[in-house]
Amino acid sequence: MTHQQYRHYPDEKGHFGPYGGRYVAETLMPALLELEAAFDRFVPDKDFQAELTVMLNTYAGRPTPLYCARRLSDKLGGAAIYLKREDLLHTGAHKINNTLGQALLAKKMGKTKIIAETGAGQHGVATATAAAYFGMACKVFMGVEDIRRQAPNVKRMELLGAEIMPVESGTGTLKDAMNEAMRYWVSAIRDTFYVIGSVAGPHPYPAMVRAFQKIIGEETRTQVKDQCGRLPDLLIACVGGGSNAMGLFYPFLNDTVAMVGVEAAGKGVDTGGHAAILTTGSTGVLHGSKSYLLQDQWGQIQEAHSISAGLDYPGVGPEHALLKDLGRIFYMSVKDEEALAAFSTLCRVEGIIPALESSHAVYCAMIEAKKRPPEDIIVVNLSGRGDKDLGIVAGVDEIKAK
Amino acid sequence: MTRIEKTFEKLERAGEKALVGFITAGDPDAAQSLEIIAAMIDNGIDILELGVPFSDPTADGPVIQRSSARALKSGMNLEKVCDMITSLREKYVDIPVIVFSYYNPIFAYGIERFYTDFVSAGADGVLVVDLPPEESEEMTSRWTGAPLPLIRLVAPTTPDERMQHIADVSDGFIYMVSKTGVTGSDGLDASESGDQVSRLKRITHLPVCVGFGISTPDDVAAVARTADGVVIGSAFERTIEENLGKADIAARIGRQTAAYKAATRM
Repeated sequence: MTHQQYRHYPDEKGHFGPYGGRYVAETLMPALLELEAAFDRFVPDKDFQAELTVMLNTYAGRPTPLYCARRLSDKLGGAAIYLKREDLLHTGAHKINNTLGQALLAKKMGKTKIIAETGAGQHGVATATAAAYFGMACKVFMGVEDIRRQAPNVKRMELLGAEIMPVESGTGTLKDAMNEAMRYWVSAIRDTFYVIGSVAGPHPYPAMVRAFQKIIGEETRTQVKDQCGRLPDLLIACVGGGSNAMGLFYPFLNDTVAMVGVEAAGKGVDTGGHAAILTTGSTGVLHGSKSYLLQDQWGQIQEAHSISAGLDYPGVGPEHALLKDLGRIFYMSVKDEEALAAFSTLCRVEGIIPALESSHAVYCAMIEAKKRPPEDIIVVNLSGRGDKDLGIVAGVDEIKAK
Repeated sequence: MTRIEKTFEKLERAGEKALVGFITAGDPDAAQSLEIIAAMIDNGIDILELGVPFSDPTADGPVIQRSSARALKSGMNLEKVCDMITSLREKYVDIPVIVFSYYNPIFAYGIERFYTDFVSAGADGVLVVDLPPEESEEMTSRWTGAPLPLIRLVAPTTPDERMQHIADVSDGFIYMVSKTGVTGSDGLDASESGDQVSRLKRITHLPVCVGFGISTPDDVAAVARTADGVVIGSAFERTIEENLGKADIAARIGRQTAAYKAATRM
């Protein structure tokens, strides 16, 4: 990858080149403009950042370690694999970076109620945590299918005092949860702050979520320099909406560092049962922004599929669409069975139980490591922990049999 | 003079307000949908809003969500919506037809192709629910030729300065959302929406039509006191939903339309 300067996006209207923007009903527009003004005013502020840093360090558990996965690297016989341990953040893993930031902003704006959508439940748990921290009322919209397959996180959210709003429409997954959260937000717009969990949605959400997640990459930069004396050669992260990936990648965009975003190929990209949006989708508008989508020729959104609920979404953040078009980030996809194989390997070789979402990135790293010399450095964002997935994994024969 | 202008002028002379009927195209299927629309026009709607079904209608409540799902299941798409307008125009030459859509179906169809096909089919305007003024230029700037008004929305949350801007760029009429919420929400507050209408009418000469949460003839009469038009959508769709499989859906919608229309005569 040749060195190139990545311009500062989004522009003043929230566009990332041809993507992004604010494609929402008029009722929401004033609220988005108010949010944008508050984001510009509070978030760059020294006091806001100081308050957030204290919360992240003393409450959430930052900085997270950068761990050299020596046994895994030796087993593969190639490049050194480092894991950015976002999984060690107790409630919602990397999602807590963003929800503490947004909830702090909500508090500054005088909002007392927050809502969120969730797929795997990680963002729901992280939002419920932030709501408990600030003493705010919290409703989490979650598809009924996801409620079924991510039961431990449903329990966590309830323990944290959040109200679960089951969503039955569509396929009962993340897309439907987001539809319903937007509908609710329109009706409660005057006193409710909507905490979106990914670098998706209308402006300013993609820029705001990136601002709160980029700490992953900033820490990684310092840690990899401390441990290896130089920048890594390759960064790898899974991409559903794309927030953990953007968090890791963003601080390195102007460096000579290669990056791979890993989407979910589900049962295979030729089967129709997948969530490989950037590698197979086309441009369209969903949930307030323009990006790549899974859609039919008439612009109807198609169902995504992945064994991991957090990647089971037919859209992707608009900045990823731009970075794909620019060729700055390479996007590929990993199948359910490959992610499960990586899950199993990391459990046994390193004693780390990764989320199924993160297992997609681990699989990609295993393939890439083999192709590269031992002096190469690969950093994988281990964005989540697999305890939430035990119910799914327990149902998979290959893993049970081992 | 456009069909929209002629319609409001005629209504003003008659001392009536406009009854704007929304229906999802293709619910429950294309043939019945055309019968239902004919019944609405024959019984007094003054403007037709023809809804394009979308898989993810985030501004709509459960009733229109389900109608959209039924229409998609019956195979409806923008090409067939265009055919429906062509076929309506064989009999109904004067009624303004507004295409009501989310942006993605239009974007996928092609912005220029949409304009060409729908202008030639006889559409009089388009309302795109998730395309605020900040984003609409990418669509309207590519439309050259006969005007196809983009009907703009004003919401209860829209501040004065923004309302003025929306009024300045509006064409045809302005759609005022009566309440914060999705379509079909209960509890119309006619006096609050009346204040909103007065606020808007002070800054625009365009007709103002009010929609969201209007379901009974009494609601219609209350809104019609201040507004130039009253939009009914979910209430018609509820009638379709409650009578699926029956032969007299169109007749029922016709009677419902007549009752609403009577309430617009001052």
